[in-house]
Amino acid sequence: MSKPVYLKDVVTLQLDREACSGCAMCATVCPRGVFEIAHKKAQIADRDSCIECGACALNCPSGAVSVRAGVGCATAVINSMLGIKGDCCCSVDQYEVNEKNSPKGSACC
Amino acid sequence: MNYRVDPGLYALGTPDADSPVLVSANFKMSFDRLREALPGRNAWILVLDTDGINVWCAAGKGTFGTEELAGMVEASGLARVVKHRRVIVPQLGAPGISAHEVQKLSGFKVVYGPVRAADLPAFMDSGMKAGPGMRTKTFTTGERLSLVPVEMIHAFKTLLMVLPPVLLLSGFCGHGGFFSNILSFGAFSALGLIMAIAAGCLLTPALLPWLPGRAFSIKGIWPGIAGVILFLTLRNTTGSLPAAGAFETAAWALIIPGVSAYLAMNFTGCSTFTSLSGVKKEMRWAVPAQIAAVALGAIFWITSIFV
Repeated sequence: MSKPVYLKDVVTLQLDREACSGCAMCATVCPRGVFEIAHKKAQIADRDSCIECGACALNCPSGAVSVRAGVGCATAVINSMLGIKGDCCCSVDQYEVNEKNSPKGSACC
Repeated sequence: MNYRVDPGLYALGTPDADSPVLVSANFKMSFDRLREALPGRNAWILVLDTDGINVWCAAGKGTFGTEELAGMVEASGLARVVKHRRVIVPQLGAPGISAHEVQKLSGFKVVYGPVRAADLPAFMDSGMKAGPGMRTKTFTTGERLSLVPVEMIHAFKTLLMVLPPVLLLSGFCGHGGFFSNILSFGAFSALGLIMAIAAGCLLTPALLPWLPGRAFSIKGIWPGIAGVILFLTLRNTTGSLPAAGAFETAAWALIIPGVSAYLAMNFTGCSTFTSLSGVKKEMRWAVPAQIAAVALGAIFWITSIFV
């Protein structure tokens, strides 16, 4: 099955190819296969697959990658707008519900 | 119940000074999945304090982070336990870990392991090389369905708050006595809401890759429409009530897709392929539309009772 993709042309991912050292860390850490290495430089091969997790930018030793990192979770956005703490599904409360009712349920977010 | 593991250094099997060091979170399931993936192997497991949250979520929040890892390397005395200077960090921990900063702070080189713990033996046996597919996060039907129970429970908690006024109002629908109305009209209304939840929390995750549209709110509309058709068929062909009038029909045609779209939108947080920028863009039009649909539907539904 082909890779699922979300909305087109929305992500904040930027790559400065001049600053890139070609170490390929971005391609290693990206869980969505966004980067490719060509001619010893990184390039963005599949931009719309980016989920803005921020792993590439954090692990780029030359600071060539930038992205406004965050978690693509509507519940978290609603909670922060309503001023509810314990953001998103990452509260411990959630895991207890999760465990009790579905021992196999992997955590969301 | 406690789903936390005490942070610190653990021995798997009988590791020595040359054994690999694997980093994990102090969520019991993360720790157990890691242990289960390495039967009969000797390794050190360095458990970070992530408040009992799994690796990927904790990395997103920064608790599975550079300073926590460097601090735990120091606190556990790892440098005196092993001769090498290498830790294997799950790839999904990378949103919280800066490999070059960890090396600067602790002297340990970070090697990113595969996304799935189950791929670790193959990864380690091939000299820390990730094979095809080991670096990408999937979202299989099984993975999506495993998230359904917790989503359903959240939705049903809200339903329990909505149900008392719905049933109370149903008593006034005018077909029979107050209590028989609750058992007929009220029961159908409860069914309509349950079908809306099933459409958004069960059908949408199950059919996610095949539902038309990129925005989750759009994906959630289709199961919602199927829910409307099924609900109105049941409503008009079973039980003793007269067929639904125009207001009641319009009410459910708005409420079921509206609720389903909202619940589908909230599945973005469970999914593995949405971005914050995308979610915010979707929400700008989707949330007002969902509120309008459900509010208008509620007005039509109440109107159908008293008109």
